[in-house]
Amino acid sequence: MPRYRAAGLLISIIILAFGAWTIIASALGQAREQGRSDVSRAQGLVAWEQVYSVLTHPRCINCHTATNYPQQGDDRHRHFANVVRGPEGKGVPALNCVTCHQEVNADSTGVPGGHDWHLAPLSMKWQDANDNPLPSAAICRSVTDRSKNGNLDAQALLKHHEEAVLVLWAWQPGRRPDGTMRTLPPLSHKEFVAATRRWVEAGTPCPPAR
Amino acid sequence: MATYQLTVNGERKEVTVDPSTPLLWVLREDLKMTGTKYGCGVSVCGACTVHVNGVATRSCMLPISLLGERAIVTIEAMNDDAVGRVVQDAWVEKDVVQCGYCQSGQIMSAVALLKATPKPTDTNIEESMGGNICRCATYVRIREAIKTAAARLK
Repeated sequence: MPRYRAAGLLISIIILAFGAWTIIASALGQAREQGRSDVSRAQGLVAWEQVYSVLTHPRCINCHTATNYPQQGDDRHRHFANVVRGPEGKGVPALNCVTCHQEVNADSTGVPGGHDWHLAPLSMKWQDANDNPLPSAAICRSVTDRSKNGNLDAQALLKHHEEAVLVLWAWQPGRRPDGTMRTLPPLSHKEFVAATRRWVEAGTPCPPAR
Repeated sequence: MATYQLTVNGERKEVTVDPSTPLLWVLREDLKMTGTKYGCGVSVCGACTVHVNGVATRSCMLPISLLGERAIVTIEAMNDDAVGRVVQDAWVEKDVVQCGYCQSGQIMSAVALLKATPKPTDTNIEESMGGNICRCATYVRIREAIKTAAARLK
């Protein structure tokens, strides 16, 4: 083969290889961005609605208020004793959250407890000022907004759902003062984490705002 | 029944009680320290307020089994407390007390407030004292006494 033909062939191969590499790298990048490529956006949105069903359960949303106070009970009434949020979500002097809430549930008296009991910050409010749960799209956008969620990326959100003490409390909420058990979220913790993982792997899609 | 070692007003005490016994009843019935009062038994009124490791705590809903090694301070110790003494003097000066039943808890909460916020605003007072209920409605004088105490505290 004449040299110029060999050189041309070599150059063509290089160009084709570069092109193929570019295409593959782009696809891999998209797959990384989306997470595992077998979880579609549609599946991710379904998973998000499962997550949303937990976030808006009283065991979670009672401390994700938009107001100056927490809520309590399955009817989500205003917390008794005039307790208020305070500057750090931990109450105020003489009426801190830990004035009553200990490190663990006190089943003999009906006071729920967990380490560092406190309100979620106002940036993580999941209700409006009238105590109505926000729509799914609004909470999704809030939860994925790193300027609001404590700078948590998708993996950190998953870890939060898996391990955070006060998140785990929702599935071991203890007894009410009347001795009955507090109701649990609609999914088990294992199911909640699995749904969160699918949502994360789909790229944390959010439903469209209505 | 279980035996617990407690630190109450700087003194070591030992009690043998059911683990679910609220601290309030350990203080009143086992240690005969009746300054802390039972008002509601469900943390609503604040009459049972004590300090646990410096934090105002509702003793009626704190099972003794969850206390651990934390130190307890009760109303009986307030005369020997720098802030407590000023608060109690202000309470006397402003003639706050009517029936007196809630006042142990009121003073314990007021002391906790002033230790954290030496110059409280009206909002601070309202928010911090809002969980202590007074059936005689001495609230106005409580507020005045807190402000008087705050003015005297350095």
